[in-house]
Amino acid sequence: MPDLVVIITAKLNYWVYIVLMMVGLYAMIAKNNLVKKVVGMNILQTAIILFFISIGTKHNATIPIIQHAHGLETHAVQAVNYANPLPHVLMLTAIVVAVATLGVALALIIRLHRQYHTLEEDEILAQLEED
Amino acid sequence: MGKIIVLLFGSFLVYCTLDFPDWGDPGSPASTHVSPYYIEQTLEDTSVPNIVTAVLADYRGYDTMFETIVIFTAVAACFLLLRKIKSDEPETRMYRHIPTGTTFRIKKGGRYPRESVDFERIDLQWVPYGVVIKTTCRLIIPFIQIFALYVIAHGHHSPGGGFQGGVILGASVIVYAISSNLRSSLNRFGERIAVLLCTLGVFLYAATGGLCLLLGANYLDYSALAPIFGVDPVTARSHGILMVEIGVGMAVMAAMISLYYNLSSGGKFDEGL
Repeated sequence: MPDLVVIITAKLNYWVYIVLMMVGLYAMIAKNNLVKKVVGMNILQTAIILFFISIGTKHNATIPIIQHAHGLETHAVQAVNYANPLPHVLMLTAIVVAVATLGVALALIIRLHRQYHTLEEDEILAQLEED
Repeated sequence: MGKIIVLLFGSFLVYCTLDFPDWGDPGSPASTHVSPYYIEQTLEDTSVPNIVTAVLADYRGYDTMFETIVIFTAVAACFLLLRKIKSDEPETRMYRHIPTGTTFRIKKGGRYPRESVDFERIDLQWVPYGVVIKTTCRLIIPFIQIFALYVIAHGHHSPGGGFQGGVILGASVIVYAISSNLRSSLNRFGERIAVLLCTLGVFLYAATGGLCLLLGANYLDYSALAPIFGVDPVTARSHGILMVEIGVGMAVMAAMISLYYNLSSGGKFDEGL
């Protein structure tokens, strides 16, 4: 049983993100309303952002800002004492781009609602087939 | 059907996680190749204590520049999709007579004498009219903006930078638009200024790179800026990062505001949340 506990404590973060990602994926493929699809897309993006950030953690490491860090006076800067900055950088830009894509998605939804007066996917498809 | 796909895919992913690095493992693949170099060399290379800022604007400067261009493209796409330059038909409008407090609804095509100062236009569906909300927002907006400028300017030494500070600055204008109404917000921070600032921010980023090119270094190699700032090449890199961050902050702020204006009013820039 101790093995199982070790596995669970080491991988629990990934499982939480997978659950979150599946919630988003389910909303994207199964829901009929376009706004719900967009919300699902955002949940999926959040899961991926959390996944990347959790990759960057290290045991007993501090934030990747060098000044005023622990032990700087006595030791040289060692990579093992600082969290991995690379996932943070990638996700920092990804968050802002997620907001930008959300804006474009909402703009497209507004245009669709103007044209078809509904946001349900099947009703829009039915109207498209009539034309 | 959707549930089956999601369950199958999810259990497959859970099975795959057994091969993933453990939580907090310092020897994981993501932490072994290029990131130790960033952590150990950033202070010598750029004199910026915040490694995230240095990697964002210096080592991976191209990535961030095109990220900013993506945001600009999103603003342009939103504008082209939604903006209505001329309204198709005259609309019903609401006015308030200020001395008496009476509300008038003007039918389609009707209009009021423009020179009269006794009337103010109010929104048709949602009238934000609360003294508490307005006063609170008026009090906190300056502090939000000062904090945003601090986040941009202090991004070298603490968590922060152009993206975060730009979003906070944009939020302050959006708070003003929500607490009063869209038209008074447009009077303070117009649509043209928003788009112009967004373009200027992207241009400032690209121009910093171009300046390095003119001074004989590679594109976005800020050490070439040393003669301009009058410092050594390593400190010049941190100054170059600050210029780039200001550009990013301007672009992100204007993008947030422009997206909000477009989406909340449906492109009419007339009435909205």
